[in-house]
Amino acid sequence: MSGEDHDNSTPPKHGLAGRPPEERPHPEGRRTSQGIRIDPEAEAEPRVRQAVVSALVENEPGVLSRVSGLFSRRQFNIESLTVGPTTVEGNARITLVVEETEPGIEQVKKQLAKLKPVMSVGELDDDAVRAELVLMKVHGDEPDKVHAITQMYDGQTLDAGPRTITVQVTGNQSKIDDAIDAFRQFGIIEIARTGQTALARGATPTTPGEEPAPEGTIADEPQKPQTPAQHSDD
Amino acid sequence: MSEHAPPTKEQAQESEASTSKSTPTQVTDGSTAIVRALENAGVEHAFGVQGGAIMPVYDALWDSEITHITMAHEQGASHAADAYGVVSGTPGVCLATSGPGATNLVTGIADASMDSDALIALTGQVPSHMVGSDAFQETDTTGVTAPITKHNYFASDSDTVGKTVGEAFALSETGRPGPTLVDLPKDVSFGETDRDPGEPTPPPGSTPTPAADSAAVDAAVAAIERAERPLCLFGGGVIKAEACEEARAFIHEYDIPAVTTMPGIGTVPEDDELCLSWAGMHGTGYANMAITHTDCLIAVGTRFDDRLTGGIETFAPEAEVIHIDIDPAEISKNIHADYPLIGDAATVLEQVHDAIETPPATREWVEQCSAWKDDYPMDYRTPEDEPLRPEFVVEAFDEATDDDTIVTTGVGQHQMWASQYWTYKEPRTWVSSHGLGTMGYGLPAAIGARFAADDSQDVICFDGDGSFLMTMQELSVAVRENLDITVAILNNEYIGMVRQWQDAFFEGRHMASEYNWMPEFDKMAEAFGAKGWRVDDYDEVADAIEGALEYDGPSVIDFHIDPRANVYPMVPSGGANGKFALTEDQL
Repeated sequence: MSGEDHDNSTPPKHGLAGRPPEERPHPEGRRTSQGIRIDPEAEAEPRVRQAVVSALVENEPGVLSRVSGLFSRRQFNIESLTVGPTTVEGNARITLVVEETEPGIEQVKKQLAKLKPVMSVGELDDDAVRAELVLMKVHGDEPDKVHAITQMYDGQTLDAGPRTITVQVTGNQSKIDDAIDAFRQFGIIEIARTGQTALARGATPTTPGEEPAPEGTIADEPQKPQTPAQHSDD
Repeated sequence: MSEHAPPTKEQAQESEASTSKSTPTQVTDGSTAIVRALENAGVEHAFGVQGGAIMPVYDALWDSEITHITMAHEQGASHAADAYGVVSGTPGVCLATSGPGATNLVTGIADASMDSDALIALTGQVPSHMVGSDAFQETDTTGVTAPITKHNYFASDSDTVGKTVGEAFALSETGRPGPTLVDLPKDVSFGETDRDPGEPTPPPGSTPTPAADSAAVDAAVAAIERAERPLCLFGGGVIKAEACEEARAFIHEYDIPAVTTMPGIGTVPEDDELCLSWAGMHGTGYANMAITHTDCLIAVGTRFDDRLTGGIETFAPEAEVIHIDIDPAEISKNIHADYPLIGDAATVLEQVHDAIETPPATREWVEQCSAWKDDYPMDYRTPEDEPLRPEFVVEAFDEATDDDTIVTTGVGQHQMWASQYWTYKEPRTWVSSHGLGTMGYGLPAAIGARFAADDSQDVICFDGDGSFLMTMQELSVAVRENLDITVAILNNEYIGMVRQWQDAFFEGRHMASEYNWMPEFDKMAEAFGAKGWRVDDYDEVADAIEGALEYDGPSVIDFHIDPRANVYPMVPSGGANGKFALTEDQL
């Protein structure tokens, strides 16, 4: 690669001696923008996919801002984030839906795991149990029709008045999307979605090494919501 | 001092010398618990600036054996503590009050974060009941510093604050080092407690496994054995892991050439035949040729910063990458690792060393790397009738000092010359701001380095005129403490690196990079109480250096260098390392 006689005895006035860039050998190889060496036989664009990542965290002040700060600082694409306590006192579970390339998803998991309050991080399989809750406030002009659609989606009416009806629907993301479409006919006034939360199917732990609270220390069952609630807007 | 003046801390301690020497602080409240935690961690020096909310902690330092160095500005405290940690290998400690004290630390904390330096920052905070009320000198310090610390803590209890400080100390040096911060509301510092904080203990789950998976080691070793052009890339992580001996043994055993990153300078002696100095934007031509043509890159303790890789697409494009790192998140973050080895650098290097059975045949490759040294020499011209060359100044200092001399720098052209033209032979002798690129780092870093270094070691700060202007108030500290440091300003009356880029990429429009007027730094040094020299010509260089080195105290030499001098080689931002420019017309 080196070779031919080349005069290096007198450097230029400003700069250094040596063969200029175009006279040097340059390898043929290339990497992708993600630093992966390109196999010319099987070159492919990096594919973005959706991943559900669950993090078991110590429920200390500021933990949510540390997690959300990480996502904004590293420009990870996040679709939703939910958080809530677990059966273990002082622990919380954060469920994140992210859209990233394969190396991006790996980075999300590793960077999350580096945060001190994060105890364990796992990515859920495609068959994981996922659910989301949506509240929709629609115009109350056609209560029977609203009721029928609500039943169709196994939803509940939480509040009903002469002007507005508020319903709740739970389920996976596509069911929620469909339900919202169906309710559009009544005119959606307000909407609130929780984002997906998820657990691994069967005996698989949702985050590696996760253990339930010891017997007898589990917090009381949450109260069932009372439905329908009292009228609020008349 | 009048006869009614209160005693200084030193006088007070001397008068109590027979009883108080080496007695650990007795815990009576939050503040004494904090100081006791630092003592338990073996802290000997702390750098900081007083202020309202941190006053209880400072009061507790009065009775402690810990030496506190009052800096001129909190930024100086954070850089001094950072450099102290780099040179000593133990975390540096800095203190500041709430509000502006804490925000002034931010640059130094961010700098430590980017360079993975162990650093503890202790900040005062307004009393707990006033937090959130926008009280005087209140800042959300944990909020502000969350993205630039490994972890930070808001102390809420006098009984546990000592333990928290110990945990912050331990965490900062556990695994991949980094800065930690504890925010200390005044009532927590004042609150009574008698609880001894105990030995510093890192939080559970924060201590990584030192050894890499053995199957992964075998796979990586197979890649090394079949390689024709293997190259080691040693990053700052090798020095932090105290793995330089293992690194040197490895390359010599198997005749594998080595390049370093800038933070990795000193891993391998730069006059070693196998060492090609450092690679990257202003790295040597031979290092960049080697990294471009290697077929097996053994990268240790590096995060593949963009200043090292240049364009990702053209970085070591034919190399299988073996990446040894303690932080799994660095694996395949920027450059895909074909063989990730997660663990401690020293341990994993030994694992790899021992597992190689058939060493790769590297003779031709080693010869090629040596030939590149001849092809792309770092030689420069020094015509007597031309202005002083900065490279000459750096080499003259190197010749006049011992191998263990510590060099600190600011950021810019002078930093590059100091790294290119000084032949570094030992780790922890190169102290600079790499990742964050903080102008003004050099002088406070020299102060911190001075406290960490042996008395026999010289400490030289190469600074730019622009960098020096940013933190030169710290010269007052060097004079007050009578620190034997030498500041060599490579003065071109420009923000030189910006001027170089403007010439190359902005049609020579020197917007806001030209100073036109600079203070007379030699006289300014004298006004501070330091010794000052001004040098304009080649024949004055040696005398000034000799005088400054001989002077037992801080000295400043203002070298007026060729204002047109530029840094080469240069890989343009995002360019291919192998296409480094040697002159401006090649850019």
